Amino acid sequence: MDHFPTNWGNPRSEDVDSYNTYPISSHIGKVPHSVTQIAGYGHTTGHPTSHTLQPVVTGTSVLGIKFKGGVMMAADNLASYGSLARFRDVERLHQVADFTVLGASGDISDYQYVKHLIDSQMIKEYNADDGHTLATPNIYEYLWRVMYNRRSKMNPLWNTFVLGGVHQGKSFLGAIDLKGTPYQAPSIATGFGSHLAQPILRKELETRGGEDNITEEQAVEILKKSMKVLWYRDARSMNKFQLAKITAEGVTISEPMSVETEWAFAEKIRGYGA
Amino acid sequence: MFSTYPGQAVIDHPVSAPIEHRFDPYVDNGGTLLSIAGNDFCVVAADTRQSEGYSINSRYVPKSVKLSDKTVISMGGCYADCLTLTKRIQQSMEWYHHAHGKVMSTAAVAQMLSIMLYQKRFFPFYSWCILGGLDEEGKGAVYTYDPVGSYERETCRCAGSASSLIQPFLDNQINFKNQESRQRTLTKDEVLRITKDSFTSATERDIYTGDYLEIFVITNTGVEVQKIDLKKD
Repeated sequence: MDHFPTNWGNPRSEDVDSYNTYPISSHIGKVPHSVTQIAGYGHTTGHPTSHTLQPVVTGTSVLGIKFKGGVMMAADNLASYGSLARFRDVERLHQVADFTVLGASGDISDYQYVKHLIDSQMIKEYNADDGHTLATPNIYEYLWRVMYNRRSKMNPLWNTFVLGGVHQGKSFLGAIDLKGTPYQAPSIATGFGSHLAQPILRKELETRGGEDNITEEQAVEILKKSMKVLWYRDARSMNKFQLAKITAEGVTISEPMSVETEWAFAEKIRGYGA
Repeated sequence: MFSTYPGQAVIDHPVSAPIEHRFDPYVDNGGTLLSIAGNDFCVVAADTRQSEGYSINSRYVPKSVKLSDKTVISMGGCYADCLTLTKRIQQSMEWYHHAHGKVMSTAAVAQMLSIMLYQKRFFPFYSWCILGGLDEEGKGAVYTYDPVGSYERETCRCAGSASSLIQPFLDNQINFKNQESRQRTLTKDEVLRITKDSFTSATERDIYTGDYLEIFVITNTGVEVQKIDLKKD
């Protein structure tokens, strides 16, 4: 018995990637090539449908905090390829409705797919022309179902999303991760930010006595301070970020900005090879 | 945790520790829940912290939901599964209402929940459920479940991350285990006091329990909700 699969012969050569040794999809030979080429039937090469088992091009933390009259969000413009700072002008805050902003950390292609899904849904609702539109809680519920159903298929979208908005006079800030876990809170930080920025955001909320005692200007300062801390310590971050403001007046997403940093102290650090 | 769902398989690597090759769809979001049945009332209580690992996602994510004037459900475990299951129950209860022109009884919801859990026997909802309410005679009822739908009616049960801390205390103070001579039925105020003490104590030792305690008191006049502070550390 020859145990080397590539020597077993190919039933249909166009179905086989000759550089791939194993596995060969089980339906090769049983299903004609013309059928495997129909969209949705796995891959045309005859390989099994692949699932995202790890993120590839990624975005780091997204921050969000409620203030009196609205929500402020922040995310930098970097899309990393592992440790490589691959794309430096990616917008990770996206306006999905009149009073709703979606922020994404994790896999960028999965984010772009979800952005496409939600935008398509918004167009569908607009075309119905029935006087209704999806508000922030509706979009949040939709996003949760998408994420939960994908995790249930064991094929997750590798992201943590933050959704900020204003609905019926109240501000809304919620997050959903790749396992479909939804939660709402007065401040949210994803990824590295959950360790570095969330304690800062929570302390600001606590010492000022809650979101109603934070002004728009103060929210900007708090987020800038948090983004600075992330830039100092998160090696996958970048000192070029955008802020999104959502109030009853609508959405404003800023131009990319940066914060003043001070690196002189680095001279004095000893013990890490220096 | 489970070892039965598809995706738990780890492949042995010859030189180092086993590497997990598949996605784990579950996460334990922590939290503790408790329900105690009295003669003509039922108490359902749960903390409101949602955790993921050592991080707190949010300090207020309610685990209990009022299903009707006589029934309250509380769930802990994987929050995404719990919320999905809660929505399924609410949907079915609405259809039942439209079909039969009456609200589902606590016993009917109890049996339905068992079936809903067992329907996903081979990809279970990771949720520890406790159903509290009043039965057809107006007596307090507590139904407890495991994630695959085994269920039982009891007088008192605690589930979730601090269940191993609280359940023995309830066995002693509610069911009077090891002090049979003191056996008696408890009043609503006594039950509420024991409930609050259980959670303040559990908060001291269990990192997944804290922030707020939300208590649902079900009597024949309806459901009353109170929110109490717990330690936030």
